[in-house]
Amino acid sequence: MAGPPATIEIKDVAKSYDRGRSFAVRNISLDISAGEFIVLVGTSGSGKTTLLKLINRLLEPSAGSIHVEGKDVATGDAVSLRRRIGYVFQGVGLFPHLTVAENISVTPKLLGVDKAACAARVDELLDLMRLPRELGERFPATLSGGQRQRVGVARALAARPRIVLMDEPFGAVDPITRDALSCDYRRLHDELGLTTVMITHDVLEAVLLADRIAVLNEGQIVETGSPHDLLSGARHPYVRDLMAMPQRQADRIHALIKAGPG
Amino acid sequence: MDEIMNGLDPRIADAFSRLPDYLGQHVLLSVSALVLGLSLSLPLAIVGVRSPRMRWVLLAVASLIQTIPSLALLALFYPFLLALSLLSAKLFGVQFSALGFLPSLLALTLYTMLPILRNTVTGILGVDADIREAAQGVGMTQTQILFQVELPLALPIIMAGIRTATVWVIGTATLATAVGQTTLGNYIFTGLQTLNWIFVLFGCAAAAILALIIDQLLALAEKAIARRDRPRLAAAAAGLLLVLGASAMGAVVQPRAQYVVGAKGFAEQYILVSLMADRLSAAGLSSTARSGLGSAVVFEALAAGDVDVYVDYSGTVWTNYMRRTDSISREEVLRQMTDWLDEEHDVGVLGVLGFENAYAMAMRRDRAEELGIRSIADLVRHARDMAVGGDVEIFGRPEWQALEDAYGLVFREQRQMQTTFMYRAVADGEVDVITAFSSDGRIVQYDLVLLDDPEQAIPPYDAVVLIAPARRDDAALTEALRPLIGAVTIERMREANLSVSRNENPLTTGEAARRLWQDIVGP
Repeated sequence: MAGPPATIEIKDVAKSYDRGRSFAVRNISLDISAGEFIVLVGTSGSGKTTLLKLINRLLEPSAGSIHVEGKDVATGDAVSLRRRIGYVFQGVGLFPHLTVAENISVTPKLLGVDKAACAARVDELLDLMRLPRELGERFPATLSGGQRQRVGVARALAARPRIVLMDEPFGAVDPITRDALSCDYRRLHDELGLTTVMITHDVLEAVLLADRIAVLNEGQIVETGSPHDLLSGARHPYVRDLMAMPQRQADRIHALIKAGPG
Repeated sequence: MDEIMNGLDPRIADAFSRLPDYLGQHVLLSVSALVLGLSLSLPLAIVGVRSPRMRWVLLAVASLIQTIPSLALLALFYPFLLALSLLSAKLFGVQFSALGFLPSLLALTLYTMLPILRNTVTGILGVDADIREAAQGVGMTQTQILFQVELPLALPIIMAGIRTATVWVIGTATLATAVGQTTLGNYIFTGLQTLNWIFVLFGCAAAAILALIIDQLLALAEKAIARRDRPRLAAAAAGLLLVLGASAMGAVVQPRAQYVVGAKGFAEQYILVSLMADRLSAAGLSSTARSGLGSAVVFEALAAGDVDVYVDYSGTVWTNYMRRTDSISREEVLRQMTDWLDEEHDVGVLGVLGFENAYAMAMRRDRAEELGIRSIADLVRHARDMAVGGDVEIFGRPEWQALEDAYGLVFREQRQMQTTFMYRAVADGEVDVITAFSSDGRIVQYDLVLLDDPEQAIPPYDAVVLIAPARRDDAALTEALRPLIGAVTIERMREANLSVSRNENPLTTGEAARRLWQDIVGP
């Protein structure tokens, strides 16, 4: 993918929903470099979704600034910002009254891409997401959970964004589908040269997908680092606990295999 | 069976012959009210969705309107529009008709608003917050979210509101007859007054069938939109256009009549309307009837020129419009009334028809003789144990006040009922005495006696032909009606009234009018 490197710079950002009495996120600073795959990990209520929505201005920060591709998002138009950034919603959020093809082509259409080009782009994305092209005419309600998640990703990619934000994109599907989906997406991320910010509360998924993991707790980033670094020696006790879990799981599986049958 | 069919035939034929006009006007009115209601309610609903405070205000006002009885809402628009019309005449020299279509349209439009407003607001607010956020997230503007996501998803609920409004409006439009708008309600009003149950049923059935057909076509359109079934949507649209277009044609192709003849809402007035219309027609003049109007409405309509001619009663003018409470001789009332109408309203009096339709207390003859009651003064002693029945207007009219004051009348119970049922009620002993109309044929039919009024508490009620200001010098009109002056005696009027109200072989009001005319001109 050509073009300037995509960067997201988050500086001292805070967000309060009650005029400063409490904060969903605070003191957040995070630089995300072009092509990076960063995963936000944390328990429910740790502020992951709030942080993600601040990036494409579904929410406005109470304090601090966010720059996307070098420009302060607060100074530009929120609508055109959102059209440039792919977003995969928690629970997918497909439009139930639109067909799969219409769901996928919604952002290109908003950008004024003509019908024929939209149709071609839909086929391209269905292929890319390994979905049969016939699915284009169907409505979301007739799809399986895994198919819906793939359509959600296809919709996010339709307008060729350089940045993709994903809020638990592969939740609510069975583990096999989930594994296939996340592997497919990681491949696309690399092939298309995307910058991805993904939320999960599955630590194992984070470890297996991410270039870098940012751990949130009570609205603050407590530690960031590569999966290797965090697994081998997290400084923060909360992060150590969190990272011990996949390690323990792996050890137990290892032991089971070693013990052999019986 | 044959006999029954033969008896019904002319009434059904009569009903069908009026259908193109009644149905057409009904459809024109209902569709106009719905279109206007939709174009007001939808934008207001969107304002309500965006602002919770406005939503509260809008829904409260719409609910309040809904609680006003339909007939009252229709009636209230008449004086309001009349004042506006007079104001506009003064300011811009443009006067519009405050009767008929306009007040009906406004009242019905208000009625459509609650279901459409409420359902649109509920439908849009009911759209899943996740879906709305997704629409924002893919880069839609507020307007794009509204038109591409919120409205399409709320469509089934909005359509349900539109369908409710449609059925309401088609039903309620029948009441517009009372403010002078021709609708299917003309069957019902006329039928109730002349005991023509065929008409009543015909009117109800026609309105119900119309409502059902349009509701089902809207349902079809709604399904077609949801399933994106273009052929089906086209079929529904074509069906709607066909039904509405064909019905409206009936109203549009009706030639515009030269004169408007008004009538209040009881049988005698329906007969007199036919009698006058026949005379006009014989003189080569076309006319249209505005029947079933309230007393106050019809007089103001005449003064404003919405009605050209109608028959009123001297006592009504005396007490209700002139607000006189004194009672003087018949001739003197007529003379003063004529002067007053001329000076105050520029209304002309063509002449008296020749009969009186006075309020009179009436009792069963056997009961009156048993109690020795001959006059209202005799009645006073027994009144505390008696129930009195009256038409829907009387107990609120000054004549009743005058009666109570003059004799100190106090009854055990006052019951309001349709004139139609009043005579039977006293004949059956359901009430002891009624405020009858002296020209009603049922006085003879049920063998009732009219009680004397020694105190002259009730003024005389000579039937007089009143002419609108602009028509006073219209020789064609006045000459066509002049043969009726002095020709309708009390006997003739009672007989004509009885001929439409009797149970066996009742005549239509049109037939009764023709009989009456034949009787006037002689063999």
